[in-house]
Amino acid sequence: MLKTIANKEVDVNEEGYLTNKGDWNEDIAKEIAKELGINDLTEKHWAVIKWLRDQDAGGTHLSIRQVGSSGLVDIKEFYALFPGGPLKNASKIAGIMKPMSCL
Amino acid sequence: MEQISSRKKILILGAGTAGTMIANKLANHRTKYGLDITLVDQASEHYYQPGFLFIPFGVYGREDVVKRRSDFIPRGVTYIQNSIEKIDTTKKEIVLHIGEVLPYDILIIATGAQVAPEQIPNLIGDRWRKNMHEFYTFEGANALYNTLKDWPGGKLVIHISEMPIKCPVAPLEFSFLADDFFKKKNMRDKVEITYVTPLSGAFTKPEASRVLGGMLSERNIKLVPDFSISEVDAKENIIRSYDEKTVPFDLLVTIPPNMGDALIARSGLGDELNFIPTDKNTLQATGHENIFVIGDATNIPASKAGSVAHFEAEILEENILSFLEGKPLSAKFDGHANCYVESGDGKALLVDFGYDIEPVEGTFPLPFIGPFSLLKPTVINHLGKLAFRYIYWNVLMRGLSIPFVGPGVPLAGKKIKK
Ligand SMILES: Cc1cc2nc3c(=O)[nH]c(=O)nc-3n(C[C@H](O)[C@H](O)[C@H](O)COP(=O)(O)OP(=O)(O)OC[C@H]3O[C@@H](n4cnc5c(N)ncnc54)[C@H](O)[C@@H]3O)c2cc1C
Repeated sequence: MLKTIANKEVDVNEEGYLTNKGDWNEDIAKEIAKELGINDLTEKHWAVIKWLRDQDAGGTHLSIRQVGSSGLVDIKEFYALFPGGPLKNASKIAGIMKPMSCL
Repeated sequence: MEQISSRKKILILGAGTAGTMIANKLANHRTKYGLDITLVDQASEHYYQPGFLFIPFGVYGREDVVKRRSDFIPRGVTYIQNSIEKIDTTKKEIVLHIGEVLPYDILIIATGAQVAPEQIPNLIGDRWRKNMHEFYTFEGANALYNTLKDWPGGKLVIHISEMPIKCPVAPLEFSFLADDFFKKKNMRDKVEITYVTPLSGAFTKPEASRVLGGMLSERNIKLVPDFSISEVDAKENIIRSYDEKTVPFDLLVTIPPNMGDALIARSGLGDELNFIPTDKNTLQATGHENIFVIGDATNIPASKAGSVAHFEAEILEENILSFLEGKPLSAKFDGHANCYVESGDGKALLVDFGYDIEPVEGTFPLPFIGPFSLLKPTVINHLGKLAFRYIYWNVLMRGLSIPFVGPGVPLAGKKIKK
């Protein structure tokens, strides 16, 4: 479905994840972050977001453990940056699909 | 001389569920393709791991789940019992613990996944296997049996550390069976059961999550979702999450992180959980033409389950033959998984799904004994689950296929939502 985020009309799925990675920009990231209660994206946030996008582009299935061993943040910091479900939320802000945990 | 040099060495690492099945299948092609097949495993015993679920409740004992590995080695396959130290992909050889070196033309890795309780801070200590347990190993399931036998009741916490885990429905089944167990002992009112998971619901896939979540609440089992464990506090008897949530327990039954064998890390072949990057359709190891991976050892987004390994074996057999003939790998695995979920009270559900097909309600077409009902607890499904043990030892591990069940996800009978 279509949704206007940061003055741009983009396609999102029922959970609000961008369906087209190319639609993403930093303003969209900021606005999704606000919806999730993160009002200020710090340098650390951006570093994680960029890292997630890079990993995703490389075709990696992401996990919290991977973020923890990225050298950017440990898992505790990751939770502090993106409270609630850090990987779910960070992925949404980064404009990539919700990480699927394997069944 | 001609003939000898053209023989192909196929080396299979791990003689568990997957390794045994693929060895059986390839053994049929030995003569035609000139194959020398060698199977290596470290342990003399072969465990039927799905049976571990029933041990804590006294339903299964040792004789149901343990057999001698050597009884299941297919004819014409060389079996070596030793632990594998290292895989050297450049030299195309492996090194055994005793120092022996085995060369290969084609390597099939089937070393599975193991629990890694040491990954959770303070889990292993003097309370481990006393009031903090796991049931993913034979030893662990038996220790839990001993604790449950005369446990007076209190707070029972069933907990998943992180995904992926083998047989992701097993902890739910354990919860349903525990509910049943305490009811039959007339002490359900003395036990508070809580199910703690890193997922956002009872399960990953939405439809199954709804059904299974409903089954938890019907049984008065509390669900704590989105819980990612940072440590156990063994003095206070609580588990703590990274965002400082806590859950108190008297008896903790945890599923520790599941990881591939350390061999994979030593050989530089795995991801951060020692799972091997593998093409999810062809089962070829990423970046290695002559290496294939099957079963729990892969990183593919399919369940880590014996049923998956069974479907994979049919695909892999075809692709290995294509590879030997120098043809493209045309058989494609679709992520097919088929799991019985014990729901207690002598019933079970059946979930059947693949990469692109969600578990849904309907029926599973299995001639003669089926149809089994999908996503609905029935007695026939439970019998299906129990029959699986027989099928495992007598059909699957003998290299036979379950009649009429092909590797692809069957769509007949499924109520697929468009
Ligand atoms: C509690 C529980 C319940 C389950 N329930 C179900 C179920 O209901 N249905 C279902 O389909 N699946 C179920 N499973 C999952 C199923 O058992 C596994 O998915 C299956 O066994 C995977 O097969 P595998 O061959 O990949 O690994 P395994 O069967 O674990 O075999 C791996 C083998 O490799 C050997 N190995 C590893 N490293 C080395 C080394 N360095 N050197 C030498 N040998 C090595 C090991 O000794 C082992 O024999 C369950 C699992 C558990 C734990």
